[in-house]
Amino acid sequence: MLLRLLLSLSMLIISAQASARLEILITGGINSGRPIAVIPFKWSGAGKKPENISERISADLQRSGQFSPIPIDKMAKTPSNSSNIDYALWHKMGVEVIVMGEIKPAEEAGKFIITYELLDVVKGNVDLAEYSPVLDKRRSTVKTAKLRQYAHQISDVVYEKLTGVKGAFLTRLAYVAVDRNSEHPYQLRISDYDGYGEKTILRSKQPIMSPAWSPDGRKLAYVSFEKRRSQIYIQDLYSQKRELMTSFPKINGAPSWSPDGKQLAVVLSKDGQPDIYILNVMSKALRRVTNNRVIDTEPSWAPDGKSLIFSSERGGRPQIYQVELTSGKTKRLTWEGEMNLGGTITPDGDSLVLVSRHNGNYKISVQDLDSGELRTLTRTQLDESPSVAPNGSMIVYSTVFQGKQGLALVSMDGRFKANIPAKNGEVKSPAWSPFLN
Amino acid sequence: MNLTMISKSLLIALPMLALGACSSTGDTDSESTQTATEKATESTADNTVQTETIEAVELTEEELMVQEYTAAILETTISFDFDKSMIKPEYIKILDAHAKFLVNNPEKSLTIEGHTDEKGTPEYNIALGERRAASVSTYLENMGVASSQISIVSYGEEKPVNFSHDAAAWADNRRAELTY
Repeated sequence: MLLRLLLSLSMLIISAQASARLEILITGGINSGRPIAVIPFKWSGAGKKPENISERISADLQRSGQFSPIPIDKMAKTPSNSSNIDYALWHKMGVEVIVMGEIKPAEEAGKFIITYELLDVVKGNVDLAEYSPVLDKRRSTVKTAKLRQYAHQISDVVYEKLTGVKGAFLTRLAYVAVDRNSEHPYQLRISDYDGYGEKTILRSKQPIMSPAWSPDGRKLAYVSFEKRRSQIYIQDLYSQKRELMTSFPKINGAPSWSPDGKQLAVVLSKDGQPDIYILNVMSKALRRVTNNRVIDTEPSWAPDGKSLIFSSERGGRPQIYQVELTSGKTKRLTWEGEMNLGGTITPDGDSLVLVSRHNGNYKISVQDLDSGELRTLTRTQLDESPSVAPNGSMIVYSTVFQGKQGLALVSMDGRFKANIPAKNGEVKSPAWSPFLN
Repeated sequence: MNLTMISKSLLIALPMLALGACSSTGDTDSESTQTATEKATESTADNTVQTETIEAVELTEEELMVQEYTAAILETTISFDFDKSMIKPEYIKILDAHAKFLVNNPEKSLTIEGHTDEKGTPEYNIALGERRAASVSTYLENMGVASSQISIVSYGEEKPVNFSHDAAAWADNRRAELTY
């Protein structure tokens, strides 16, 4: 009795600590994915566990919308390796897959040895010699500072083994923060995809807009108003070196890297209304793509680099169009809703992610490019700037949450939703990095 | 309107005061010689009279502008309807005042900032903000202002004056701002 009380008390403390660290507030879709058990990793060292590996993995898998990690308090046992596991017990709970592991101090100080296994409960329950339930088994020595990153790496392995698609948990976000109490209120920041490890890479007294990752993940293109006018810059994330790319009269905006990283699609209004141009990053040679008396903006490259998606008012209200770059042939892609803006094609080339206005509300939506069917993914009113994870599993966007502009995640199927509230000030214009590993 | 009324009455009253106070040395009978006797700046040979100067009355720069261009010259914000860049009739007076000022002072230049509310995407709003600034610019040019005196910049939804996320804030933020 006393033991049970102590146990539940310690559980309570653990969960309180966990929620204090948690930065993401889940707003929907907790129990809709494949049931998976991420068992707390066994810590065999002195003192406190250096990092809650299983909590990271569990949160990662849940955010993809494809998995529903079962709560720790529902686990009858918490084994740490496959040698003594009762598959029938887990099978009865409806669990399909188990992630388990151990963490212990390495001989060298400041390093830890992590071992983990990924188990197929169905195969384990059948118990036939020719079907091994062990889907993967790995061991690594990891520095303290890299433990969290390694947890994301485990999530990537698990995700790829179970879905056949590369995981995107070791990626980062770039975004604009506005902290009006700061001397430099406009800040360009980068964090892990889950909002952790935030770092400011540019501070300004004037607005910063439209960060865009180079395909190699080394550079960001963005718009800065530091000269009290819009200009496009490229900043090297490792060397901090900045290069001014365009500074034409009027609008210099919305940079988007070509898939080969050699060109930037940009919006310029130097010749009248905003139109789409392509800028060669090396030579700075400029080529005009659209020539229209109304607004053309928000260029985004198709994954094959042969066409651009953009928003245009040529049909009245803004809708999304696609222009083939060799022929110049242009077609309209969106027809539903009052207006559609901010389109990007998913990495698999099958869908268009966009901002769709219905009844005056702006929502993140996804349109199947073959059938034209449009699905609304979000329920809030002021959702904008969607950016798709490099594996196409999740979308980060900006929304107004509890009276402040902040970032939110939605899984591509719309099942999982979560907010990443800003710690100070407001946050907007997220850009999801390419794969960084 | 109140400002104009006040300034007009001031404009009538102040010069009269000044005239009364600022007497010449020859007018030795005026009342001012009795009220300003602390320090003599000029005196006659027999010291029977002394004269003194006082500071001239100066209007503030704003009052001078109001006198010349009406109180509308002090207004620098033009508001717009949602997703619109058409100038509403109630702002014509303001733009006419600025147009007259710029025509009279060709060496002066004006920057028109275009702003939007947060609805719609940031990139679309940059374009809409520019359209608002351009709409103001076109009006001023039609009133005779040289295009070389005007530059425009769009901040889209990036520089709101009202930081809330509601209808009142959106109305405040849909604007063009005139800055010299």
